[in-house]
Parts: sequence; C-alpha cells; structure tokens
Amino acid sequence: MNMDLMTVDNLDFYYGSHRALKAVNMPVVKNAITSLIGPSGCGKTTLLRCFNRMHDLYPGNRYEGAITMRGVNILSKQEDLISLRSRLGMVFQKPTPFPMSVFDNIAYGPRLRKVKNKNILQERVEKALRQAALWDEVKDRLNDNAAGLSGGQQQRLVIARTLAVEPEVILFDESTSALDPISTQKIEELMVELKKDVTILAVTHNMQQAARVSDFTALMYLGELIEYGDTKTIFTRPKHKMTEEYVSGHFG
Amino acid sequence: MKTSKLPNVIFKLLTFGAAICVIVLIVGMLLTLLLESWPALRRFGFFDFLFGRNWNYANQIFGALRPLTGTIISTGLALVMAVPVALGTAVFLVELCPHKLRSGIGTAIELLAAIPSIIYGMWGLFVLAPMLEENFQPLIVGTLGKLPLMGPFFQSHYAGGVNLFTAAVILAIMIIPFIAGIARDAFNQVPPILKESSYGVGATHWETIAQVILPYTKTAVAGGVIIAMGRALGETMAVAYVIGNRHGGLDSIFSPYVTITSVMANEFNEAAGLQMSSLFTLALVLLIANFMVLSLAKYVLRSKFN
Ligand SMILES: Nc1ncnc2c1ncn2[C@@H]1O[C@H](COP(=O)(O)OP(=O)(O)O)[C@@H](O)[C@H]1O
Ligand SMILES: [Mg+2]
Repeated sequence: MNMDLMTVDNLDFYYGSHRALKAVNMPVVKNAITSLIGPSGCGKTTLLRCFNRMHDLYPGNRYEGAITMRGVNILSKQEDLISLRSRLGMVFQKPTPFPMSVFDNIAYGPRLRKVKNKNILQERVEKALRQAALWDEVKDRLNDNAAGLSGGQQQRLVIARTLAVEPEVILFDESTSALDPISTQKIEELMVELKKDVTILAVTHNMQQAARVSDFTALMYLGELIEYGDTKTIFTRPKHKMTEEYVSGHFG
Repeated sequence: MKTSKLPNVIFKLLTFGAAICVIVLIVGMLLTLLLESWPALRRFGFFDFLFGRNWNYANQIFGALRPLTGTIISTGLALVMAVPVALGTAVFLVELCPHKLRSGIGTAIELLAAIPSIIYGMWGLFVLAPMLEENFQPLIVGTLGKLPLMGPFFQSHYAGGVNLFTAAVILAIMIIPFIAGIARDAFNQVPPILKESSYGVGATHWETIAQVILPYTKTAVAGGVIIAMGRALGETMAVAYVIGNRHGGLDSIFSPYVTITSVMANEFNEAAGLQMSSLFTLALVLLIANFMVLSLAKYVLRSKFN
C-alpha cells in the first residue's frame, strides 16, 4: 500500500530570471526511495533543494507552485525553515564533516534542539551511528576529529548526523558519486535499510544505482519532468521515447 | 635548433643577486644593532637591561622594563578591543551584509588599512584623545576606578587624554581593518556546502556562524591576529603621538607612559653615548619580540596543514 508523503504541484523555480524548473508535478511516496535522474543541468539538484528550501539562503531565488506535505504548502512564506530543515535532512555530493569530533558532529543537531543531558546525547549519537552502519567502525574514536575518517565513513557520518535529528525525509544529492564502489555499495544498502524509518529522495546520475535501489523514478530534462513511475516500469516499459533512450544510455 | 642562452643567464644572475641582497641587508641590520647595542649590553647585561626599571639620563642608567611593559600592555589592550570588533565586521560582511553594500564596505576597510600611521597619530592627538578624556574616561573612573585593590589602576592622575589607554585605542583602530580583512577572506573560503549542511539540520544563521564558520576558520583567523599583534608591537608614529612619553611608574592606564617605539622615536635626536646604545638595545628587544611573534604565526598556520 503506497501513501504519498508529499506532492509537487505545478512547481516552477527561478534563479533570478532563469527558469530552472518548469511546471513539475510528482508525488513522493512515504517510506520509499524515489530517484531523480536526467542529464547534467536538467534541474535535479534544483528540484531537490526546493524540498528543504535551501534556495532561500541565496538572494534572487523564487518558487511558484506548491510542495504539499500533510495539507501544508512548505513553499509558503510562513513556513518555519528551521523546523522544516530538521524534518527534511540533506546529504550532499561530497562529505561535509564539521571541523569537530565524530561525537560532536552527530550531536550537532540534537544540541541545536537544546538536548543537553549527556546520557541522552550519548544515546542519540549511538543510535544514529548504528542506523548509519558506522558505529562499529568509530565507537573507539568518537573523540577524534571527523576529518580523519575515510571518504565513505565521512559520508555515513553525515547521514548519521542527519538521522540524529530524526527527520522524516532525507534528500540525497549524488551522495555516492565521490566514493569508491565498496563505500557506494554500503551507502546503497543503508538507504534501503533506512526506508522503514524515513522517506528518501535521491538524485543520481548512475542508472544502475537508480534501478537497484529505488522504488520510484522520475526523469527530468531541461527543467521539466518527463516521466515518473515505479522504477521497474521506467526501466522496462517507459511511456516516453526519451526515457527509453536515457535509461538505456543513448543520451545524457 | 639554436636558442640564445644569454638572456636566461642574465635573468638568473639578476634574480640571484636580488635574493642575495635581501640576506645581506638582514645580516647587516642585525650586525649594526648588535654592534651599536654592545656598550649598553656590556654595561648592564641583557637581562638587567631588559628588566631594569630606570631610564635616567642624569645617572646614565637605562633599562627596558617600562617601555617593554608599555608595549605589551598597549598591544594586549588593543587586541582585546580589536579582535571582537574585527571579527564582527568580517561576519557582517560575509554573512549578513546585503550584497549591494558588500563591496563598498570591503573597500572602505581596505582604505582604512592604507592610511599612513602618522595620520592616525594626528587624529588620535587632536580628536580621539580629548574625546576619550571627556566621554569615556569618567565612565571607567566612576566604575572600575572605585574597585578595591585594582581601582587606582583605572583612575585619572593626568589631564590631556594622552595616555596608555588612548594609545591602545589608536592601535586597535589601526589593526581592526587588518584582522577584519584576513577574517573576511577566511570566511569566504568556507565551502558553501559546509554551511548548507549546518542549515540542513536546522541550524539558524547565528548557530552556523558560531559553530561551523568560526571553528572552520580559526587557524587562519588566529594567524591574522598574531600578525596584527606584530604590527601593533612595532607601530611607532601613531603611538608616539598619543602615549605621552612619561618615564615613570605605571600607576593607571589613564597615565602617560612609554613604549619601546615611542622612546626610540622621541630620543634618537638628542641621544648620545650610553643612551644611544641603549636605544639600539631597545630596537634589538623589539626585533626579538617581533621575530617571536612571526615564528608563532608561522607555527600556528603550519599546524593547520598537519
Ligand atoms: N545558483 C544558480 N544560479 C543560476 N543558475 C543555476 C544555479 N544553479 C544551477 N543553475 C542552472 O539551473 C539548471 C539546473 O541545474 P541543476 O539543478 O544543478 O542541474 P542538475 O543537478 O540536474 O545537474 C542549469 O541550467 C544550471 O545552469
Ligand atoms: Mg546536480
């Protein structure tokens, strides 16, 4: 049984006068992985960053249309961005450990929420690290600087940091593209594992990855959403010729 | 293929010569300082000179303690005042300032850093000193000055506004643009996705600045602060104008006092003999202090990459 956690309704996005998204419509299914695919520059990152309103950090950006979550348009001016961003976590292309210890990295979000009690913090950190399949590797070096971890570990650290604020959604923007195959595989397994707790929206340029891990796939091209459907259909019986060509590697 | 080697050789010789010149200059300067300091060093000994509290022409006894104290306190006070203001300015410029104002304010800061120090000195003497004496000094005298024990240190014994505190304020004003410029460049180096990661878990603007941007840039900023400290230690003209040049006990921050540089600037004209040699020894002390500060900066900046 599928349930939509969010729906994107006629979403337009402008960088100044440049219209980077054109009337995008799609659902985001709860406790599932949705992949956003498409050639470079088609607007995948732009769409992803609408969900946690990252675009609001920079002047001149503008949304039109809606992303509805439980009947509320999260693109509205009244939306509390601090709380929105703690409900929709984000993992970037490159690992972004903060210049502090492993423990402090994970405790960063809870501390912002005024969790001060040491025992509670410790529990939250351990839980998040276990969820991110990183606990066993770092449990003896929680006080070491996070910069000393390997790239793959750093990326799982960032996932754990995101999980520590108990988000409903995690947005992944090509989060394995800078990693080696083994680290990539670990993160893919992790994403599948995390489905039971969170809803995942993942940008990827890796077709096999989209086919392997995602339940739903959306193909974008030049700022438009060309086709959305369950992953199996998109990869085997797409409606659009462009989708067929793209997933079979003929362009992009 | 035939290429003329001669231009290459000439170029090499020229650059080599320039490099040698630098070394010759440094060694020559050190030798001069040592030679000229020698009579004073032989008469007093290095440490007795360094910690000698007298500077007395009549008795021909010279010691660096007071100028050294003045230099250290004025520099320390200047840093205490300048660092928060400079960091605040840099944070504002990079993180809070509307984009339209950014380059304007940035240029203004660069211009401030380019003002010759004698102009700061004149402004300090004619504008800042009376202003501080009238408006700020009474405030401190009335509060900190009433404290037991350390109270006298914040009382006013001399009129005119030329004193250790005014010198520190002038120094602070002079190094603010310097520290702010370095901090701004450092803040601009913070990768956007690092800041976004902080916003991404629900941090506010302020939390991101305090907990990610400042820690990420602390080495570069510390390096900048140390280099600014070196500048403050050696700053001469501006300080000479407003310090008051009184060789006496340090009874209050609102009393005229001396720094190493102010003594040198004021006394070279009329000095001779042992006094002249003592001035050279002061110069040597300043050079050593500056060298230590520079080494510290190098060490701090290096440790970033290890
Ligand atoms: N900050 C920005 N300012 C202006 N245009 C941008 C900005 N970021 C991306 N774009 C443009 O928006 C379009 C979509 O970019 P993006 O969402 O990054 O694509 P993708 O992630 O699919 O590679 C591109 O044409 C890109 O040039
Ligand atoms: Mg992208």
